[in-house]
Amino acid sequence: MRGNAEMHELVAPGSLGAVLDLLAAEPGQWTPIAGGTELMVAFSAGRLNAHKLVNLWGIPDLRTIEVTPHSVAMGAAATFLDLRRHTVINAEFPLLARAASWIGSVANQSRATLGGNLANGSPAADSSPALLAYDAEIEMISVRGRHKVPYSEFHSGYKQNVLAADELLYAIHLPRRFARHRQYLRKVGTRRAMAIAKVALGATALLEQGVIREIRLGAASLAPYPMRLKQTETALLGQALTRETVLAARRALIAEVQPIDDIRSTAEYRRRVAVNLLEEFLLELRREGSRL
Amino acid sequence: MNANEKADTNAHWPAIRFTVNGESRTVNVPPMKRLLDVLREDLHLTGTKEGCGEGECGSCSVRMNDELVNSCLVPVLQAEGAEIQTVEGLALEGELDPLQEAFLQNGGAQCGICTPGMLMAAAQLLAHRPHPSETEIREGLAGNLCRCTGFTRIVASVAAAARSTESNPAMEPELEQTHHAR
Amino acid sequence: MNTHATTRIVGAPVPRKEGVDKLVGRACYVDDMKREGMWYGATVRSTIPRGLIRSIAFDRRIEWSEFTVVTAADIPGENIIQLIVADQPCLADGKVNHCEEPILLLAHPDKHKLREALGGVKIEYDALPPVFTIEESEQQDQIVWGADNLLKSFLLEKGDVDSAWAGAGHIVEGEYRTGAQEHLYIENQGIIAEYSAEDGVTVWGSLQCPYYVFKALRGVFDLPDEKVRVIQTETGGAFGGKEDYPSILASHAALLAKKSGHPVKMVYDRMEDLAATTKRHPARVRHRTALDKDGKLLAIEIHLDTDGGAYATLSSTVLSRATLHSTGPYLCPNVRVRAQSWATNHVPYGAFRGFGAPQAVFAMERHMDEIAATLDMDPVELRRKNFLHDGDTNATEQLMREPIILDKLLDRALQASAYHAKCAQFARENELNPIKRGMGIAAFYHGSGFTGSGELYLNSLAGVDVTPESKVRVLVSNTEFGQGTNTILTQIASEALGIEYSDVTMAAPDTDMVPNSGPTVASRTSMVVGRLIERACLQLISRLREQAGLGATHTREEFLAACERYRVAHGEVSSMCRYEAPPDIYWDDQKYHGEAYGAYAWAIYVAQVAVDTVTYSAEVENFWAVQEVGRVLHPVLAAGQIEGGIAQGIGYALYEKVVLDGGRMTNNQMTNYIMPTAEDVPPIHVYFEEVPFRYGGFGAKGLGELPHDGPAPAILNAIRDATGVSFNSIPLLPEDLYAGLAASHPVEEPALP
Repeated sequence: MRGNAEMHELVAPGSLGAVLDLLAAEPGQWTPIAGGTELMVAFSAGRLNAHKLVNLWGIPDLRTIEVTPHSVAMGAAATFLDLRRHTVINAEFPLLARAASWIGSVANQSRATLGGNLANGSPAADSSPALLAYDAEIEMISVRGRHKVPYSEFHSGYKQNVLAADELLYAIHLPRRFARHRQYLRKVGTRRAMAIAKVALGATALLEQGVIREIRLGAASLAPYPMRLKQTETALLGQALTRETVLAARRALIAEVQPIDDIRSTAEYRRRVAVNLLEEFLLELRREGSRL
Repeated sequence: MNANEKADTNAHWPAIRFTVNGESRTVNVPPMKRLLDVLREDLHLTGTKEGCGEGECGSCSVRMNDELVNSCLVPVLQAEGAEIQTVEGLALEGELDPLQEAFLQNGGAQCGICTPGMLMAAAQLLAHRPHPSETEIREGLAGNLCRCTGFTRIVASVAAAARSTESNPAMEPELEQTHHAR
Repeated sequence: MNTHATTRIVGAPVPRKEGVDKLVGRACYVDDMKREGMWYGATVRSTIPRGLIRSIAFDRRIEWSEFTVVTAADIPGENIIQLIVADQPCLADGKVNHCEEPILLLAHPDKHKLREALGGVKIEYDALPPVFTIEESEQQDQIVWGADNLLKSFLLEKGDVDSAWAGAGHIVEGEYRTGAQEHLYIENQGIIAEYSAEDGVTVWGSLQCPYYVFKALRGVFDLPDEKVRVIQTETGGAFGGKEDYPSILASHAALLAKKSGHPVKMVYDRMEDLAATTKRHPARVRHRTALDKDGKLLAIEIHLDTDGGAYATLSSTVLSRATLHSTGPYLCPNVRVRAQSWATNHVPYGAFRGFGAPQAVFAMERHMDEIAATLDMDPVELRRKNFLHDGDTNATEQLMREPIILDKLLDRALQASAYHAKCAQFARENELNPIKRGMGIAAFYHGSGFTGSGELYLNSLAGVDVTPESKVRVLVSNTEFGQGTNTILTQIASEALGIEYSDVTMAAPDTDMVPNSGPTVASRTSMVVGRLIERACLQLISRLREQAGLGATHTREEFLAACERYRVAHGEVSSMCRYEAPPDIYWDDQKYHGEAYGAYAWAIYVAQVAVDTVTYSAEVENFWAVQEVGRVLHPVLAAGQIEGGIAQGIGYALYEKVVLDGGRMTNNQMTNYIMPTAEDVPPIHVYFEEVPFRYGGFGAKGLGELPHDGPAPAILNAIRDATGVSFNSIPLLPEDLYAGLAASHPVEEPALP
């Protein structure tokens, strides 16, 4: 235990409004903390630089999951167990439910929040490939009001995002229109549980008359932040799943990912496995297409 | 003088109230102090262990408001008003609960250091799934690392505990027992 | 010899002696303890692998007068940790030989101030060129230890290897490598020390060998025996990792206690424990084997080299066990093993379950499959053809006097695992499946107890006594750290004394209270110490019969009454026994010739593995472990030992990698040093065959280390069966599997037709 609790202020203003007032009063001074599964690790290791923290755990407005006819809005402080237990998420967004089940262990899923996962912005974030594949939107809130951005535009660099200094993540919206899509998610870690993704790929695609009409590919651990594989998508969109298409998609993927060598894996391995995952998905897609 | 001892009696820190094993407790400690350290240092409940300090090993698992949490990752402020159960809260009046009894009979504890957290994870699992499959047991315990047992006997212990509370004891044992011959 | 035809308690699944304490959270580990007025201690460590200390500066912003600072100059005795070779300083003095080497110690009543002060000590060095590999060390361009970097070497010879090559039907060569492995006991290293002029040094701690720590403290403090006291606290896993390192930590805490005048607690956090304490020795093993045209072994030549790290620690004895296990449970007329342990500027490697055998067995058993492939033989039949049998001699020309039932073990393993049916099934299914499955086997033996004349040198003393409160106590320095020492020794005592299991307790593991019955290592507790306790108990019974009127049969009440009569007559009721070697044993420590071990445990392990060709990850899907370990004293504990060892062996093979960069472990967190979880360990099926060993406690042999020897080769053999590719290095991570499986296929080529 290398952190000193006396060196860190932690306040609980109570309501969402009070938290936003605090952030507005001293923009950039306060670090929000929800489930603590990232910040408390840094604290224990003696490398938590934030000295003023504001508590988001236990604010009901941030933890609700609201289902409307066209979308599901998940509060930013909804935990991964909340997501796993939600019937609509399980039924319509199985990739997200599955990603939630891969986060650490039960004791992490009970505390780690969807918003925390995104705000932390790890390149390996477990929820990101699914959210990218589902075309999620991120809603942010401050005393100035709320606004949304596509999730694919949320991260702006390694551990950087478009949140303003006085803003909080408010909700993550998923459009309810993937019932007919082929869906795919695979996380590759070193072990089955408690793993950090060395590569992960999430995908949704719509195949009509053998032609790809829609496709979204979300990747983790292949770039400084979780990213949509837009060039690969372009190579596939409007195409029939021929050998040439697959070849072009592989080339596009290799060209657009930027994996690195680090303590957990190698760039070469990550690139190759990403290609294999893409191919595995396309193979499934083609198999399904041939059944239609 | 130890900072933690100072905090115990220092009204400088706000009072944080919660319930541990059914008893109301109040501590005056820095709000960022880890729940783990509050349990061990301020409340002298040393059954909960620290193995890694980063939420990886599960030795510090406790149940908080009917969820399993790693107490090393909970700033005590977030436990305000919570109901917490630790390993000390399992055996009522000296009587082992069925889970502890099953660990004792089935070799679920070896060195014992992961055992308190493991019991909490198992209790959490059984509270929500009284008759889990082997796969569910393994998933429920995956965040609790044990270096001694290879998990086989822990999984068997949890399965045995589930059977011991089974109204219909006809259920087949899920795990193969050790084969023994002369 | 006792025939142990029927036993009441030995062999029964009695509850673990300290089980309830562990289950209710009452068991007291060192970090659960506090002493009045206790301070905390911390260590300033080297940040470079090798160099001279030019200066040590203290940040003026820190109020150093509040702290106790200890350097090598504060050591009252010798600045050496006494173990085998007197080369490792307690605190670096002028030069450092590895990263994380302790240089200076700090103590303060406040943990947080202590943590801040650690950053306030600035050390400057004149760096010297480091040596990091066996190859660099054997090159001897840089001499980092002694005259030649060689920590220890052995030469074992049988027959005439050089003449065997010419007439051989086949010659097969191979090189095998094993990596470092971290023990990852879930309780980190920790010690509390106190010092007073009257009582000297007292330490409490998480440790395996109280008398090792005792010996180290005596040297560091230059104190007589009666002024050193070592007490083991409940210990949360050890696996060899708390065999030698606690001597260092105890010395540190005690130096701070002496200088500060306060009890001092030093408990490492996970990052420090991973970075600074010992690991399993990495090894490189080269095999050259001659066989006749039918696959009978004619000659085995092995070059076995280990990285010992910066100081000798236990490298010599680890190397010894590696040497003695390197040729496996096979009959071969001509053998030469040249084994060497090399110094590098890594953190010293140390004891870890198996103690050199896992490295040697990995090489031998992987090599057997390579031989089988070369000869186009079934790996099972190759092994069977070469097994040792009763009356044969092994590599040290030890005559195998005890029954050997390897064929029976093999048959049972093949049957239990449906080995041949599965091999055939997977061969059919693999072609069309991106998941390739395979079966792998390993055959091995593991010597119980200290090597050669080691047990005679240890001269262990152990026994039982009966207190005036009628408590029967087992008196040993052997410790419980999960493996079941408390339970099996009290089982043995209660059985032999004819009383109940609940009547017998363990005396506190405290050097003031218990005799030196040797260290708790080397799979010796059940066999060697168990036998001492059995003898001591039988001796007590016969004394009570002769001198206190105990009848030929007795109840527990009659036994206790006889003890009281004996006490009145003799003052105290105790019975002690010293180790006696079995008769007719001979060992030549120079030539490595003779009876290397009193007994061997034997095993056949089978792994079923699945290799995913999309992710290049290998998983063990099923595991069968068949072994003969003498009499099984406790079926649940014994199976638990086997299962736990196999899980560690699976980690050794497929998950656990110590990433070293510039002599430093860079993945020193549990999130980055990956051990298998409950979801990664497969079902493990454990089978015992029992051949009681007449000189072991109620027929027991050793079993604690055995299960770590077999999994890695069985798993890599299964991967070869699954993929057709030979992998000769562990840990075998997906990145390595990728290199072997996919590197030949360019990434641009789709598999999609």
